[in-house]
Amino acid sequence: MPVSQVSSRLVYDALKASGVRMVSALPETWLVHLIRMAEDDPEMTLVRLAKEEEGVGISAGAHLAGVKSAMLMQNHGFLAAINGIVSCAQLYRIPLLMLISYRGEFGERDPWQTEGGAATEPILRALNIAYDTLEHPEQVAHRIADGHTLACSSNKPVALLLRRDLMWEA
Amino acid sequence: MTRREALQSIYPHLERRVVVTIMGAVAAELQSIGHRPNFFYLQHAMGLASSMGLGIALAKPHQQVVVLDGDGSLLMNLGGLTTLARYRPRNLVHVVFDNESLLSVGGFPTATSTGSDLAAIAAAAGVPRTVTVRTIEDFTRAFEDALHAGDLTTMVAKVEAVGPSAYVTDLSLLENRFQFQRYLRDV
Repeated sequence: MPVSQVSSRLVYDALKASGVRMVSALPETWLVHLIRMAEDDPEMTLVRLAKEEEGVGISAGAHLAGVKSAMLMQNHGFLAAINGIVSCAQLYRIPLLMLISYRGEFGERDPWQTEGGAATEPILRALNIAYDTLEHPEQVAHRIADGHTLACSSNKPVALLLRRDLMWEA
Repeated sequence: MTRREALQSIYPHLERRVVVTIMGAVAAELQSIGHRPNFFYLQHAMGLASSMGLGIALAKPHQQVVVLDGDGSLLMNLGGLTTLARYRPRNLVHVVFDNESLLSVGGFPTATSTGSDLAAIAAAAGVPRTVTVRTIEDFTRAFEDALHAGDLTTMVAKVEAVGPSAYVTDLSLLENRFQFQRYLRDV
């Protein structure tokens, strides 16, 4: 599978370095290695969801109970989670770390992914959610650490968009 | 049975447990009986109270967590029942007050009024203990059984579609959130 193991490991290690010990996820092609890493790690609690919005509630509960968490989802999962993000995470000032695979951009071959790509960043901006993108391996560690720091200091959701150049080996 | 009577009957059990409620009547009634720092009221995000309960139960496996849900909220997150059952937190009791309506927005009937059975849905989702109760005696007994069962329970309490005269209380959402977080930090 041409999903990058190396980049997935960098992302996973950055989450661990930030103290993340619970990850909620829905399977998506670009996230397969990350989900397996969480599954194989005895220090990590992996919560497999039926729909992404649940993950917002789970992360909110974990945060209030003192456990750092992150959500792994596709951008369409982000779209499916928006009410929870607004009326749980934003309303209640939850530092929600969201790692979002950025499907539907340049190079996308799956026709069904192509609408979500164009909507993702405008919606993040409309929701006033701080975000950054991850394209190159050397960005991963510090941007995830910085995103986590901002989420915690602002008590707000922060998104990191995982781009094709990072996650997919051509 | 009214929801307020039901809440009153189990209140002594809630006093020292972690409680997460949905918005609307449940939150207002529990606050009117007596707010405590271990009570959190999710005043929006309908459906996510059970997910928050799961997050807390997984993060604090030695704390008993009580989620006070409702039919309208649970119907918005039926998939969450499968997640709850999958991780089967043995320290979580999931109470669903089923008044067969969306009371706070005009009383429009929900699908439980036409036969959808939330306890059966929970059982089919894999929740190991499920029950539906219709009287205050059965409610109290089923809740006490659930507290001592040591396993995940979803109990559906059929209640009258009556609620408080007002839903907004003087407890600010963020005050509640930070107070609750401090409570959880110290237990």
